[in-house]
Amino acid sequence: MSHVTMTQNEETRVGVFVCHCGSNIAGYVDVAAVTAYARTLPGVVFAQDNMYTCSDGGLTEIKTAIKTHALERVVVAACTPRTHEPLFRDACREAGLNPYLFEFVNIRDQCSWVHRLEPEAATQKAKDLVRMGVAKARLLQPLEEQEMPVEPVALIVGGGMIGMTAAVNLASRGFQVKLVEREPELGGMMLRLDKLYPTQDDAQPLIQQRVAEVRRSKTIEVFTASTLHAIKGFVGNYDVTVRDREGRLSSFKAGTVIVATGARVFTPHGMYGYDGERVVTQLELEKQIADRRLQIANCNLQPAVSNLKRVVMIQCVGARIPERPYCSRICCTTAIKNALELRELNPETEVYILYRDTETQGTRYEAYYTRAREAGIQFIRYSLDHPPQVGEGRVVVYDELLGAKLGIPYDLVVLSTPLVAQEGAHELAQMLKVPLDEHGFFLEAHVKLRPLDFATDGVYVAGTCRWPSHLEETIAQAYGAAARAATILTKEHVTSSGVVARVDESLCRGCGRCVEVCEFGAPALVEVAPGIKVARVNPVMCKGCGACASVCPTGAMAALHFTDGQVMAMVRAALLNQK
Amino acid sequence: MKDVLVIGGGIAGIQAALDLAEMGIRVHLIEKSPSIGGRMAQLDKTFPTNDCSTCILAPKMVDCARHPNIAIYTLSELQGVQGEAGDFTARVLKHPRYVDETACTACGDCAKVCPVVRPDEFQMGLSTRRAIYIPFPQAVPQAYISHPDDCLGKDPIVCGRCIEACQKQCIDFDMQEKVLDIPIAAIVIAVGMETFDPVALTEYGYTRYKNVVTGLEFERLLCASGPSGGHLIRLTDRQEPQVIGFIQCVGSRSLKYQRFCSSVCCMHATKEAILAREHIPDVKSYIFYTDLRASGKGFREYVDRAEREYGVEYVRSRVAQIEETDDGRLVFHYEDRASSRPQQMTVDLAVLATSLIPGPGVATLAEVLALELDEYGFFRTNPFSPTDTTREGVFTCGCCRGPADIPQSVAQASGAAARAAQYVAEVLVEQEGQGARE
Ligand SMILES: Cc1cc2nc3c(=O)[nH]c(=O)nc-3n(C[C@H](O)[C@H](O)[C@H](O)COP(=O)(O)OP(=O)(O)OC[C@H]3O[C@@H](n4cnc5c(N)ncnc54)[C@H](O)[C@@H]3O)c2cc1C
Ligand SMILES: Cc1cc2nc3c(=O)[nH]c(=O)nc-3n(C[C@H](O)[C@H](O)[C@H](O)COP(=O)(O)OP(=O)(O)OC[C@H]3O[C@@H](n4cnc5c(N)ncnc54)[C@H](O)[C@@H]3O)c2cc1C
Ligand code: SF4
Ligand code: SF4
Ligand code: SF4
Ligand code: SF4
Ligand code: SF4
Repeated sequence: MSHVTMTQNEETRVGVFVCHCGSNIAGYVDVAAVTAYARTLPGVVFAQDNMYTCSDGGLTEIKTAIKTHALERVVVAACTPRTHEPLFRDACREAGLNPYLFEFVNIRDQCSWVHRLEPEAATQKAKDLVRMGVAKARLLQPLEEQEMPVEPVALIVGGGMIGMTAAVNLASRGFQVKLVEREPELGGMMLRLDKLYPTQDDAQPLIQQRVAEVRRSKTIEVFTASTLHAIKGFVGNYDVTVRDREGRLSSFKAGTVIVATGARVFTPHGMYGYDGERVVTQLELEKQIADRRLQIANCNLQPAVSNLKRVVMIQCVGARIPERPYCSRICCTTAIKNALELRELNPETEVYILYRDTETQGTRYEAYYTRAREAGIQFIRYSLDHPPQVGEGRVVVYDELLGAKLGIPYDLVVLSTPLVAQEGAHELAQMLKVPLDEHGFFLEAHVKLRPLDFATDGVYVAGTCRWPSHLEETIAQAYGAAARAATILTKEHVTSSGVVARVDESLCRGCGRCVEVCEFGAPALVEVAPGIKVARVNPVMCKGCGACASVCPTGAMAALHFTDGQVMAMVRAALLNQK
Repeated sequence: MKDVLVIGGGIAGIQAALDLAEMGIRVHLIEKSPSIGGRMAQLDKTFPTNDCSTCILAPKMVDCARHPNIAIYTLSELQGVQGEAGDFTARVLKHPRYVDETACTACGDCAKVCPVVRPDEFQMGLSTRRAIYIPFPQAVPQAYISHPDDCLGKDPIVCGRCIEACQKQCIDFDMQEKVLDIPIAAIVIAVGMETFDPVALTEYGYTRYKNVVTGLEFERLLCASGPSGGHLIRLTDRQEPQVIGFIQCVGSRSLKYQRFCSSVCCMHATKEAILAREHIPDVKSYIFYTDLRASGKGFREYVDRAEREYGVEYVRSRVAQIEETDDGRLVFHYEDRASSRPQQMTVDLAVLATSLIPGPGVATLAEVLALELDEYGFFRTNPFSPTDTTREGVFTCGCCRGPADIPQSVAQASGAAARAAQYVAEVLVEQEGQGARE
């Protein structure tokens, strides 16, 4: 392909790799033309195109080219740095080049995808971006990564089924666990449940067994009636303070954090005649059923719940409506569970479930739905066009399948209400510097491939604080979050990125604006001489966002890898009339 | 003595392997096909955020290949295990690739000269490959394979053209199958699912009518690296469809075929309808469904958006029959809910949301490992210890334990990794304890 010109000895030697990404890029951008153009740019001694630069083969070609062409900088023009930058950096590292001497040019998201209808313009833009990338690459500096020790201790916030399950798993692997529960008792939502779908097993033995495992473990320290008071630090190295109800503080160090604070059941005040007596929630019904069962067991009483002739359950109360558009996943199966229990207590009880869609995915839950129908539970479909009306003694509903209005007399109406964000979720999110979604559930780093991670390293999430789910799913998540945390806890060190902010202490006036603006708490003022303060950045906490550099009045703060010089070189290259 | 065997290299197996490896445990990942990646590699984009499936999967595949704690064995199957949990020896049969996978550069020169043309399984048979091929461009390992049933070159007089074409000389028809005995402490099974073949439902005319496709085939038609280069076409005349009809629960929630719900098809049909609209701005999609199941994170909003912004129309009715017209269009016969009258709709392309069913590997593995299956043929688990199988030291995740979407498969995979790691740790403690007592 291109041969090496040995004349510009003093010039930094840049290699450019332009990716087809199959037809993702090559379908719209003339990759050969971009590659040929790259060869004409100052400093470029080698350029080639690849079908898939990220493939094993593509990476090998980069490594080979670094060696055979003595490349000092590598530019890849391809899909997106979001997913692929680490791969290319590692390829550089493996070929003996500092990984920060690599520059990514995004010609998929920024060219082929957005300019599908104008392939020529897309190609021109790809050339412009490559020119800018090369201009920056020539000024890149090698950066160093730092190692920090890891405290092999996990902090788990929330002592429900999920927090406890994660705790037991980690403890059995030899890690110390600090489990913080806001209530005086461990157990969470399950303490208030009677039976469990999809097996009708009793909830209490299952949860009490987990509590016992936690209590038995020598490596789990439990803080009940306590909340997180303060947390500082970063992955591998947090300083945590917990506060109990009496105001007593305890401090310890931790390496990772798992958030498992659960969710709250929505209370349907003012809806469908909710009064907590003849119109109740599913959670309230569970308690009634449990109480009746106890009464039956203890004193052979004729139980009130079993005297019920007709029970009407209304699904999606407060869910799947404009104010709260989501489906809470657990309430269809909860209704079926309680309906089955009512039929069990008294086979004469008629149960009607007024639903919109049955949310019973998968094998077990669909079988559960079938079981309910076979047990004689009536399912009546309604839509928001004609919501049910709860009147004196009768629920009136328009049956979508029958196409007719029905009036059902009732003794009890049960409202299936969604899980909503936990109280205090917002404060906790702020303290941990992790995001919530628009409904107040914790927001993971990537919906599909990082469902249990936060974008902030070292912090993980599981259970209903992430999203309403069945125990089957949330328990899998509990173990999953434990695995994710263990990937940190098993290591002796964590390594910081080289792309961080750095202070030129001779220019720093110690004004502290960087400290104010940083979202990650990375810079801090330190007194270097009496009365003289300068800012210093903790590289493990710094995300390299550059916010601090942009507010620094003296130019002391630089965002490495995006220095003024590098960015100005890109701007100048952009303004160079395209040739 | 604390290695773990992961069986199946789909997204679940990949995630389990990566988590175990990052926990410092050595992993042997065995995959029966020529590449890891599983079904996810075949999808175009993924609900509920429409990221490109391969783009998010490929880096994980490469991470697996590069991880010092992971050894990948493709074209491999578990033949048996000896010993007890904590102290297994796994016998793995590795079939020959006939290409040296460490030397092959995936240049494709061999395929250019290969005379044998076969339907391409990765493209769901909608395009062709040669006898020597790479399953898909991002395959890991990056190496071609000569398919033993397709290749003529076992007899070098008949063919062997690829051998001449390969400059790297990595084709070797004398390669033999290998049997490997691997000591391991625990097993994670992640062999995924198959999709149900809808020919059995003759009323939909799948294979009789060319314009009736399955969801997976439709994914390939949407995909830029698919058989039509990302042009959404119907197969009879390669024209863009104007009206698409999606039929849900094909084979699922039925007494005759699968009684269970396949979990992901309401959502993938919604996604496919959205993507169709992105390909063809005035296309109209109708989704014929029974219940619209969308309770995962962000799913209901995704459905709302499909209706509001992409003009997707959900019709709550079961299509009783499809008829083909002379010009290859398809007439759906169904009952109108409002009037209870028979109704017809003519569409250009029909997409069947077929069930996710256990693949053949599940029953075989169940036998080899003495595991119980559930009533549907998936690995039996308990809902409250969801990643444990019925045998100590053997764990499972992903679609082989029941239909699941990608986020669920990934979370379960991490969960199974944690359980396996816990098991390995407990075995170690026990053995040390015994050692100390002896
Ligand atoms: C009515 C109802 C019935 C259900 N029935 C079933 C069923 O039959 N089968 C099934 O599989 N699933 C069922 N579920 C779902 C099941 O309850 C959940 O999947 C599971 O309990 C979630 O556990 P968790 O630990 O995530 O949350 P929780 O059980 O809610 O536990 C969270 C814990 O965190 C604590 N906490 C909250 N905030 C803080 C803080 N800031 N600091 C410290 N601690 C804090 C809380 O006090 C609580 O103890 C049901 C749910 C409901 C609402
Ligand atoms: C049409 C369609 C569209 C979809 N769209 C989406 C979507 O948009 N978003 C989403 O979240 N989910 C989607 N899904 C679901 C998604 O495909 C699955 O969640 C995911 O692929 C499950 O991964 P897995 O690893 O469990 O199984 P698989 O992907 O099936 O992988 C299993 C792997 O195991 C290998 N294997 C099989 N048997 C053996 C054996 N005996 N020994 C060794 N290896 C073996 C296989 O070759 C394969 O590589 C869709 C599914 C379909 C059918
Ligand atoms: S799970 Fe059922 S009741 Fe709950 S919001 Fe979803 S559809 Fe409504
Ligand atoms: S670059 Fe961003 S994260 Fe780093 S110290 Fe500056 S503001 Fe904080
Ligand atoms: S010609 Fe050789 S190196 Fe090239 S793809 Fe084929 S087997 Fe691999
Ligand atoms: S020997 Fe086999 S793989 Fe090679 S060219 Fe001939 S048929 Fe194709
Ligand atoms: S997910 Fe939807 S289409 Fe698939 S089987 Fe279940 S209800 Fe039917």
